[in-house]
Amino acid sequence: MMLLLGAVWIWYSRDTTQAASKGGKAIPRTGFYAPDFSLQTLQGDTITLSDLRGQAVVINLWASWCPPCKAEMPALQRVHEDFSTSGLVILAVNATNQDDLKAAERFVGENGLTFPILLDINGEVSRAYQLRSLPTTFFVDPDGMIQEVVVGGPMAEALLRVRVERLLGDMPQ
Amino acid sequence: MIPIIQIGPLALPTPGLLILLGIWLGLSFAERFAPRHGIPGDRLFNLALTGLLTGLIGARLVYVLRYPAAFSANPMDIFSRNPGLLDVWSGVWIGLLGSAIYMQRKKLPAWQTLDALTPALAVFAIALSLSHLASGDAYGAPADLPWSIELWGEHRHPSQVYATLASSAILTFLWPSHKRLLDLQPGVYFLSFIALTALGYLFLETFRGDSQLTYWGIRSTQLFAWTMLALCLGLLGHRLNFHKP
Repeated sequence: MMLLLGAVWIWYSRDTTQAASKGGKAIPRTGFYAPDFSLQTLQGDTITLSDLRGQAVVINLWASWCPPCKAEMPALQRVHEDFSTSGLVILAVNATNQDDLKAAERFVGENGLTFPILLDINGEVSRAYQLRSLPTTFFVDPDGMIQEVVVGGPMAEALLRVRVERLLGDMPQ
Repeated sequence: MIPIIQIGPLALPTPGLLILLGIWLGLSFAERFAPRHGIPGDRLFNLALTGLLTGLIGARLVYVLRYPAAFSANPMDIFSRNPGLLDVWSGVWIGLLGSAIYMQRKKLPAWQTLDALTPALAVFAIALSLSHLASGDAYGAPADLPWSIELWGEHRHPSQVYATLASSAILTFLWPSHKRLLDLQPGVYFLSFIALTALGYLFLETFRGDSQLTYWGIRSTQLFAWTMLALCLGLLGHRLNFHKP
């Protein structure tokens, strides 16, 4: 009897709108669209996230005073060198509103980072992405959907490579 | 939602802490009552530790075997503390296998051992739903109710609170010091816990906003819970009939 009632409940409570498995909103968590933003790079160019649809994107929020952020940057650079020609874009968003811009520039220069360093001067991206801990990294697929969020660091390079290869696997051929 | 506890420069992940606390409290709790099931407390602790360690090592090894190229350039990443480098389900099966081998080597009776472990599982279930509340995972479906919570940009069912209440109710109902539980046949205590938990998932999954859907919008967790419930009821019937005078 209990099993029969259970089966009826499963059928009765099914999600006919398929709403449960779709994240139509822009929210900084897995399964939802990545909130859009436009920021200037260290070189003065403007990058808009939504312009990168169709490409795999890694958004890394960091600051120059944060040791784990600095520790994972060389791994991000190596992954950028290996995968940028395959369609990967790494956006390192500096939490400039809580960082020293000069120190950030010095760190980028000393480490020869060649991926775009975006400046979140007013903290709008930190707020939109509900930043609670540095570093935080978002893996965004070509449809603009967040596939994974890694809070804290430093990330192992192996983790970075596996996630990036998975994102690139979702790219239209 | 409190995903991080910031203590000075230290950022501690609350969900992970709650899980660890759940394992520790659950095991301490179970150890106290284990002798009632004929299992020495220290054996139960070692059994759980064996399962956890073999599961953890197995989960990492399987992950390395699945993605050897990612580790070949960075072999030291095999020892990384990143939980993202674990194959969780393989770890669960390997952990269960490790525990089973330990049980066989120490000649621990299966049903009595599972009964002795039940309080630990019941406490862990509460810790798991609290960890979901802290991280915002296992979130509820959008709902405009007086008790809805604001999460991920919408008013939602507090599905994590429902799960915490259900797990707490199950622990209270199956409180290990109850006298009536002493008269149960071996295995009935454990199977009752699993059946009640499956029943809870079967009902509460309805209010989740992140369910994996199968055909016709049926939620896969409910199907799994229903199967577990059917299996447990069958085994309960068998255990009770088997021991009928």
